Amino acid sequence: MLVYLIRRIGQSILVVAVMATLVFLSIYAIGNPVDILASQDADQQELDAITRRLGLDRPMYEQFGIFVWNALQGDLGRSFVYAKPAVDVILERFPATMELAFVALVFSIVIGVPLGVIAGLKPDSFVGRSIMSTSILGFSLPNFWIGLMFILLFAVQLRWLPASGRGPVTEVLGMPLTFVTWEGLRHLILPAVTLALYKASLVIRIAQAGTRDVMLQDYIRFARAKGLSHRRIVFVHVLKNMMIPVVTVLGLELGSMIAFAVVTESVFAYPGMGKLLIDSISRLDRPVIVAYLMMTVVIFVIINLVVDLLYAAIDPRVRLSEPKG
Amino acid sequence: MKKGFRPLVLAAVPLTMMAVSQAGAADLTIGLAAEPTSMDPHFHNLAPNNAMRQHIFESLTEADENQLTQPSLALSWQPTGDTTWEFKIREGVTFSDGTPFSATDVIYSICRIPRVEGSPSSFTSFIRDIVEIDVPDESTIVFTTSAPSPLLPTNLASVAILSAAAFGGENVEFGAEGCENAGTYPASADFADPAVAVGTGPYKLVNYNPGDRITLTRNESYWGGEVEWDNVILRPIPNTGARVAALLAGDVDVVETPPIQDFDRIRSSGFEIEQGLSNRVIYLHTNSGEAVPPGVSGTDGRNPFADVRVREAVSKAIDRNAIVERVMGGVAVAAGDLLPYPLFGTREDAEPDAFDADRARELLAEAGFPDGFEVTLFTPNDRYINDERVAQAVAQMLARIGIRTSVDSMTASTFFSRRGQGDYGFWLAGWGAASGEMANPLLALTATRDTDAGTGLTNLQQYSNPELDALIAEARRTVDDDARRALLQRAGKMAMDDYATIPLHFEVTPWAFKSSLSLTPRVDQYTLAMGVSAAN
Repeated sequence: MLVYLIRRIGQSILVVAVMATLVFLSIYAIGNPVDILASQDADQQELDAITRRLGLDRPMYEQFGIFVWNALQGDLGRSFVYAKPAVDVILERFPATMELAFVALVFSIVIGVPLGVIAGLKPDSFVGRSIMSTSILGFSLPNFWIGLMFILLFAVQLRWLPASGRGPVTEVLGMPLTFVTWEGLRHLILPAVTLALYKASLVIRIAQAGTRDVMLQDYIRFARAKGLSHRRIVFVHVLKNMMIPVVTVLGLELGSMIAFAVVTESVFAYPGMGKLLIDSISRLDRPVIVAYLMMTVVIFVIINLVVDLLYAAIDPRVRLSEPKG
Repeated sequence: MKKGFRPLVLAAVPLTMMAVSQAGAADLTIGLAAEPTSMDPHFHNLAPNNAMRQHIFESLTEADENQLTQPSLALSWQPTGDTTWEFKIREGVTFSDGTPFSATDVIYSICRIPRVEGSPSSFTSFIRDIVEIDVPDESTIVFTTSAPSPLLPTNLASVAILSAAAFGGENVEFGAEGCENAGTYPASADFADPAVAVGTGPYKLVNYNPGDRITLTRNESYWGGEVEWDNVILRPIPNTGARVAALLAGDVDVVETPPIQDFDRIRSSGFEIEQGLSNRVIYLHTNSGEAVPPGVSGTDGRNPFADVRVREAVSKAIDRNAIVERVMGGVAVAAGDLLPYPLFGTREDAEPDAFDADRARELLAEAGFPDGFEVTLFTPNDRYINDERVAQAVAQMLARIGIRTSVDSMTASTFFSRRGQGDYGFWLAGWGAASGEMANPLLALTATRDTDAGTGLTNLQQYSNPELDALIAEARRTVDDDARRALLQRAGKMAMDDYATIPLHFEVTPWAFKSSLSLTPRVDQYTLAMGVSAAN
């Protein structure tokens, strides 16, 4: 297990290093931030001053060297636009996005797992078929379209829920959260469900396949023969075994929900990191873009690691049959 | 279709009732198209920041909805010599923390502007002329400038006044090379704290939550009388669809720049739309240097745009009314000048060039291009209202007179970077005159480019006309308003006659809001809570 862990960490560091180089070089190839930042009336004196202040007067290899050196010390640069450390700017938005992603995760499990298990237990029934065909919709409808339709229906026509933004913030254990109040939850429902629909469909399909697979296993037949109740078989033996692939996939999907809720956050004007990324790209705020992508890489790498460990915890076979070399 | 709208109408009824019952609470929520990047009024010279700060911080002068300079913290001003301006300041004004406003605060604020750390785009250009500040008595400030500076009162409208006492700068002494005894200037990030963001304006900061909302509350001690709204919430919603949805859902009361194609839907849902002429002209620039510019071909090694007849042909080939009607949905005004009348220095008789394809073809033939030529029209596609579609329309119109035009559109950040590198021979862009008077666009777009002197900074088309330069320079030295206006009008006519810039149209800024409100449109496109009131 330890060798495995060390090897995985080594790979992760390599991925981070390669990504850092790629991200930096590609971002520095587009546009000149000074043209965007300076007011249109700025004279050469002002433009030169901005260029110097942002360190853009240095040659690229020097800028890259400074970036790497600072990054190794945990400093990903200062935002051009906010004149604050880029990481701080991103972390300010982090709780909002985390909250959205976790609520969406809960929604996708609550919607996906029961429906998937039902469809898996009775694959040929009308209910099972309906669930499976509806889940195709969840897959194929584009995220932004669902978001807009939800807004149109629930916010504009019915006026049940707010169309955009984030609710009032309450401090819980030092975390600025909103879902603890009804008003905050109301703001979260539409974006979270929008974000969750695709994942829920994914979970339904995996859970259905998993359930069907597990139901054919010998240990289920044995459990039946032992005279266990159907309820116990489903809730203990089936659920536990078919959750393994669900956890793996959801772990990875959680990463993408945190990092790439861009579309949902834009549509709902939700003040998370995705919206910050879009704003930063249009303002050519390079340090924030680079820092964002670097943090994304790190988050993905960590989640992958955690998933592997969780996987091992749920399924003892993984622990026992660890690959050699 | 009719059936589909019925629930909407029904939904609008309780909404109006709600608005009436809320009149006692009097809160206003505004959906902004772009977010201010800081609460520090000296941090970033950018429209969203400048609009935002006017709620909290005031200046000696202010620009009204037509960008005419009006008294604010100064009561009156007059030139007392070629290079001196005397300002009388308003007495009895206090900051929202209770400290009285005085001339020291003005000096302190001017001292801080060049010293804002990390400022992406500073306000230095507004105060660079000032070499000396004297305070002969408590209600008088005399500014001495290095050269005649007729625009000083206009420029001071961009200088937000901070409280010197709040930052330990009571003993500040002005010096052109740096002030003394200014204490430690506050950092920009500190202004997110309501206790630091202290101004004399009608509202006070309650909470700044980046990306989400800025909450303001009424300044009870405001000198300008009763403030209309108890609380003002500014919410940045850059996505246009989301912004309109937020209005329709009742989340916000006012939104900036709703898209033209949504106007019918907004109106049919019981909301109002107000439109106002802006100070932004959408124009074409033609590289008129010696060499054949990038993107031009089929001209036998000549640069067609160096010939004024070709520039005139381009202008005459464009049917501006068709662009305004078809592409802009009527939400624009055809332009025959760089600023709309009646802003300072504009001409009442500046008519847009009339569409005349036959004359345009003749002009091309006279210039030696009877068969036209090929050219690429460069344009941003996300900067101005329908920018790319306007460029497409222009390209088709030019094709009719034989100038075979293809359009190359790109995102604004790339467009402006490449323009700065001289990649274009022919391009579409826009210019908003921040000062709201003619010297600004003339100087930026048509004066000979000289980056050290600060002239022709956006004249990237190598246009140069010494006669025009002399007129502009004279206008910039002339302190007397009437004389300056006449000079600017002459310069404007000269620039238009020489097609130094080919104006297409002036943008019109729309706002959409609840029918229970009324809104005063501003030429500078700012959305201010002070300009919104409950309709009677």
